Amino acid sequence: MSDNYLPRAGRRRFLQGLALGAAAIGLGWRAARAAAPPEVLRGNDFDLRIGAVPVNFTGRERTAITVNGSLPAPVLHWREGDTVTLRVTNTLDEPTSIHWHGLLLPADMDGVPGLSFPGIAPGETFTYQFPVRQNGTYWYHSHSGMQEQLGLYGALVIEPRAADPLAVDRDHVIVLSDWTDEDPHRVLARLKKQPDYYNFHQRTVADFFRDVKRTGLGATLADRHMWGNMRMNPTDLADVSGYTYTYLMNGEAPVDNWTGLFRPGERVRLRFINAAAMTLFDVRIPGLKMTVVATDGQPVVPVVVDEFRIGNAECYDVLVTPEGDQAWTIFAQSMDRTGFARGTLAPRAGMSAAVPAPDPRVLLTMADMGHGGSGHDMSAMAGHEGHEMPATASSRVTIHHAPTEFGPGVDMRATNPSPRLDDPGIGLRDNGRRVLTYADLASPGADPDGREPGRTIELHLTGNMERYVWSFNGLKMSEAGPIRLTLGERVRFLLVNDTMMDHPIHLHGMWSDLEDEEGRFKVRKHTLIVKAGHWLSYRVTADAPGPWAYHCHLALHMESGMFRTVLVADAAAEGSPTEGHGHD
Amino acid sequence: MIDRIDRRHVLAVLAPILVLMPPLAMAEDSLPSAVAHMDDNPWQTMFLLDQFEWQDAEEGGALVWDVNAWAGTDDHRVLLRAAGERVDGTTEENRVELLWWHPVASRWDLVAGLRQDLEPVTPRSYAALGVQGLAPWWVHVEATAYLGERGQTAATLEAETDLLLTNRLILAPRLEAEAYGRDDERNGVGNGLSEITAGLRLRYEIRREFAPYFGLEWTGKLGDTADLARADGESVRDARWVAGLQVWF
Repeated sequence: MSDNYLPRAGRRRFLQGLALGAAAIGLGWRAARAAAPPEVLRGNDFDLRIGAVPVNFTGRERTAITVNGSLPAPVLHWREGDTVTLRVTNTLDEPTSIHWHGLLLPADMDGVPGLSFPGIAPGETFTYQFPVRQNGTYWYHSHSGMQEQLGLYGALVIEPRAADPLAVDRDHVIVLSDWTDEDPHRVLARLKKQPDYYNFHQRTVADFFRDVKRTGLGATLADRHMWGNMRMNPTDLADVSGYTYTYLMNGEAPVDNWTGLFRPGERVRLRFINAAAMTLFDVRIPGLKMTVVATDGQPVVPVVVDEFRIGNAECYDVLVTPEGDQAWTIFAQSMDRTGFARGTLAPRAGMSAAVPAPDPRVLLTMADMGHGGSGHDMSAMAGHEGHEMPATASSRVTIHHAPTEFGPGVDMRATNPSPRLDDPGIGLRDNGRRVLTYADLASPGADPDGREPGRTIELHLTGNMERYVWSFNGLKMSEAGPIRLTLGERVRFLLVNDTMMDHPIHLHGMWSDLEDEEGRFKVRKHTLIVKAGHWLSYRVTADAPGPWAYHCHLALHMESGMFRTVLVADAAAEGSPTEGHGHD
Repeated sequence: MIDRIDRRHVLAVLAPILVLMPPLAMAEDSLPSAVAHMDDNPWQTMFLLDQFEWQDAEEGGALVWDVNAWAGTDDHRVLLRAAGERVDGTTEENRVELLWWHPVASRWDLVAGLRQDLEPVTPRSYAALGVQGLAPWWVHVEATAYLGERGQTAATLEAETDLLLTNRLILAPRLEAEAYGRDDERNGVGNGLSEITAGLRLRYEIRREFAPYFGLEWTGKLGDTADLARADGESVRDARWVAGLQVWF
């Protein structure tokens, strides 16, 4: 508990740059940061030490968990085709681990305690060794408890074996994250007791009268009745907000203004990684077009945008060509608009450009809850929560709610989820900017596997916000068995979002090949945002034997049960039925 | 005093609950968890001092408390409810409930256990069974039925909601109703709907966990209970200013 809460709030607002931006620097106050900036380590043999170090992002000293004393952890540069050896030493007094996010490697090198290996005990050194079979931008992070939230994350840059097809003059890694001065376990405990603890933008009595003036009494009452009847909150855009978070860019608070240098006219590649525990970011560089050239380490057909949303654990490589002797702001606002990470591209250190204000907050709609399709006639849908008729999602796919979804752990089920990949998502629609959507992403080649999936595993993303429990198909990790895949099979995952939040879903060890609405291969990724009120499908080639983690990359959702083991084994080895609705 | 037969009666209701509760609570934990570090059904505790207030009673200042505390997992909890009133150095009301809690629907929980009234006058024991949850329009509801000594029955209903004037300044209307199946003259309770309390409290959440408030509470005794109160020379209707603190952790 804070002993002097109000002064702290004032200072936090200042640090987060909510009101100001460049003005803050004029005042000459900088957050003291104790953790070193990340060093760049190259080669194929590394010694990494995980330890606790003091940091100070808000004016208060706290303890972060770091690799080699830096936050983020060192940028590791590998080369495709090399075999890398990493000796990871745990100097903490608790077990730790490192997971290599998005990498194809043997299951026992994946770094998930209890699945891949027992974890790294205090004082122990674990040696990771595996061949590097891919190139691009990836990252690594702890898979133990809340250590990722506490700072244990870093960038991985893997150079291609052949020459880089993109002729870039300069490269910057940009790791986005969220920092809280609170114990992350306490954050979770608070959400379990009061799920709207961090939401200070709920609708008030004044909003009611404003709406009456704007839309009339009848419409306002109908709207309030609909939400009140469902007991859902249209302002619930994030579980954890800028009330506690300071958003970081490469480990620097907005006021510290991380700066990447360029020479005017250079082609600069920015490798964005979202290493946040609970924050989706909307990223733009006002005045500069960004050409998206890769996502999750994999090349895409270049697409020029003003802005993109990056879900937790996603990676985007973009090219920019800043001109002139001027600075450009890299602006990454949190999806709930309660704060932002900020940095600068500049020809010289010490420059800065205007920092935009966060966009206005929007309210969730019935469509965001998968109840759309009736011309956004929201009042007509009132009381349809718990609707049990099978939802029709498109001509291709019929959505089935599993019987396990009808328990206390699930507070809603989408009746008519949308398959649209070209919807940029909540808060980004019709904002006047060209916003990247998954519909824009296309791998340059055909489906690398080529086979049609032999079956479909349907999984629903479920939860109960008021109870703060999260699950697949209404079952938490501890209540469900593994999802079994047969070694070598090509399988379709159909994910239906039965909540009103976006969930970035990550399958370890194998690619997730996103399909378009008609079931055609689109793009290869390791983490996919399933938007609120939407479904999507992707193909997986089960070519990596062993137990793999499969989960929502919102750390507290994962911790609360939105997690499964995916077990890939020879057909002869396993006989038990798999979870989820299997369609052949 | 509670006679033996009635105590046994209460125990007969409670025993299955108390015996079943620990194994049910542990069932989840005994499943092999593949991921060692994860605990998706963690042990949690909460202590909520929902009301801790001074009331300007006719007899002088009254201290009123209402505690709601629990410990357990997402599936099973032990719930403690305690409420009471102290006027002029005398505890006039003191009720404690110890309940097992289990979610049964997305918005509703089942509670079952024991209620013990230590005051007024003659202690009474009851077995309790009820629901609590979130009704439409975000109304928190607790509805509990009680079965007590000598066939006494009782029921309470509590409903409360939050109206956000701002995201920190919150107006909370609250309604309580209590009914009994039989007269209990020693405790001033008559058969039927006995008492209704309506409150309106305005709190300011300095933190979510720490909110001073003030408000108004109106209490009316009804039916036979009102008659008993009149016979004792007590007032039947009472409106009081209140000021207090809501705290949780």
